[in-house]
Amino acid sequence: MLEGAWLIARKDLSIEYRTRSAFLAALAFALVSVVVFRFAWDPTTVTALDLAPGVLWVIFTFSGLLGLFRSFGVELAEGAMDGLLGAPVSREAIFLGKFSANLVFVVAVQAVTIPAVVLFYNLALGSEWIALAGVAVLASIGLVAVGTLFSAMALNTRMAELLLPVLTLPFFVPVVVPAAQATVVLLGGRPIVEALPWLRILLAFDLVFLFACTSVFRFTVEE
Amino acid sequence: MRERTRATRILLILSPGYKDLAFPIWLIAREDAGVRIRRDHARRAGKHFQLNGKAPARGRRTPLAPRLASRYRSTVSAPTPPTAQLVVSAERLSRSYGRRRALDNVSFTLEQGQCLALFGPNGAGKTTLLRVLAGLLRPSGGEVSVAGVPLPGGAQVRAAVGLISHQSLLYPALTARENVEFAASLHGVPNPGAAALAALTALRIVERADAPVRSLSRGMQQRVSIARAIVHSPALLLLDEPYTGLDESGARALTAVLRERRENGAALLLVTHNLHEGLELATQAAILRAGRFVRQDSRSSIDADAYPEIYRELAGALH
Repeated sequence: MLEGAWLIARKDLSIEYRTRSAFLAALAFALVSVVVFRFAWDPTTVTALDLAPGVLWVIFTFSGLLGLFRSFGVELAEGAMDGLLGAPVSREAIFLGKFSANLVFVVAVQAVTIPAVVLFYNLALGSEWIALAGVAVLASIGLVAVGTLFSAMALNTRMAELLLPVLTLPFFVPVVVPAAQATVVLLGGRPIVEALPWLRILLAFDLVFLFACTSVFRFTVEE
Repeated sequence: MRERTRATRILLILSPGYKDLAFPIWLIAREDAGVRIRRDHARRAGKHFQLNGKAPARGRRTPLAPRLASRYRSTVSAPTPPTAQLVVSAERLSRSYGRRRALDNVSFTLEQGQCLALFGPNGAGKTTLLRVLAGLLRPSGGEVSVAGVPLPGGAQVRAAVGLISHQSLLYPALTARENVEFAASLHGVPNPGAAALAALTALRIVERADAPVRSLSRGMQQRVSIARAIVHSPALLLLDEPYTGLDESGARALTAVLRERRENGAALLLVTHNLHEGLELATQAAILRAGRFVRQDSRSSIDADAYPEIYRELAGALH
């Protein structure tokens, strides 16, 4: 299973590296959003520390959706999904391969967006950046698991671009809320132990979503 | 007599040098003992004993080695004709999309080395049948097995099947070699790179192996798609109008590959609108209409000149 997942993830990353279509689109959206939010912010009424975590997670959510839609879109072009489903790899391996590639994509976007937010909002981020990166990756696991599953569900529907956000955003809430709260603690320079309750919730949802989405994936792609 | 035979057998079985030969040697020893018993009985009865129409040799027998060689060769190395294994067995197979029955009580078998050419009008259910056999659709009813595994059989069935579909099943951003190598890797082919090159060479597209698929013409993409389907040497090839887009050279290469695969024991299920192409490779032919087989024939009983008229009558009856 892991070998099949690795082959599929490597294939997706190769395609994305060649085309860079989804990565550049998501990155452009993220950076433009950072700039727009910056210029829409009145620093006299709201402090940077109050605004930045929310801005960060709104940008991560919607830029992630841009990439997640194309996750199975690449299989739609020439009916390649049939080739994947007709191969002797388990459905779980297909899901994990797609999940892994999407996770790399989302983390790559975050790796550029976080420094941009720190720069534009003039945040003092010292050693907390490691913990912040950890929170970002942890939350990405839950977001990507749900997004990958619903991307497969929306694949053959008529209004996939509209359906994907409508389906996924409610499931993003239990991941984004604790991630944003933990980000508030870290950016505020408070001890990380204050963020532990939120991190536990985040970890629990990650485990539940990852297991559940892997298990039900086969029912979304089999007829 | 029995004691000697048993003793000889035990001695030979225990002897390390003759372990591989113990059983045939034992056979010879037992036969010799049997001959001697029958000869003794014949003598006692006052009859003349003959073995294979000749009196058995007296005195010193033929040395053991040549007798063993001839007997061993005759019992072990004589090739027995392989029994053709059943690759596809469908019994009252049906598949529905809601209320619409795409396949209705379809029954057929396909053995190794056979090719079923399937003809039928648009919407007859041909593609649905291929997708069911490929494991992409679940049967709604009936029993069907591929390579001895009942469907839905999972990875075991999918490993034995190669599918050529309407669409190319390729990734446009990857090269031809990468697409075929990816398929070979998923199927666990030991050396996927070499296997991919071999498949592309067989389809005469190896010179474009490193070109992105999106830069290839439709016919070239079809060749790559076929290479992708055969790279893992499947036991069952499902071909949905494989000649679409191919020029004469490509069509000849494809026919040669399919004939070679069939002769090596693969079973083929070929869907085509071109009766001539289908009958050229077929060992059986069938006409599917509205999800049902309306006619099934072995190739030897088909008159290729008369078949188009038969097809028009049967396939066009509802139109």
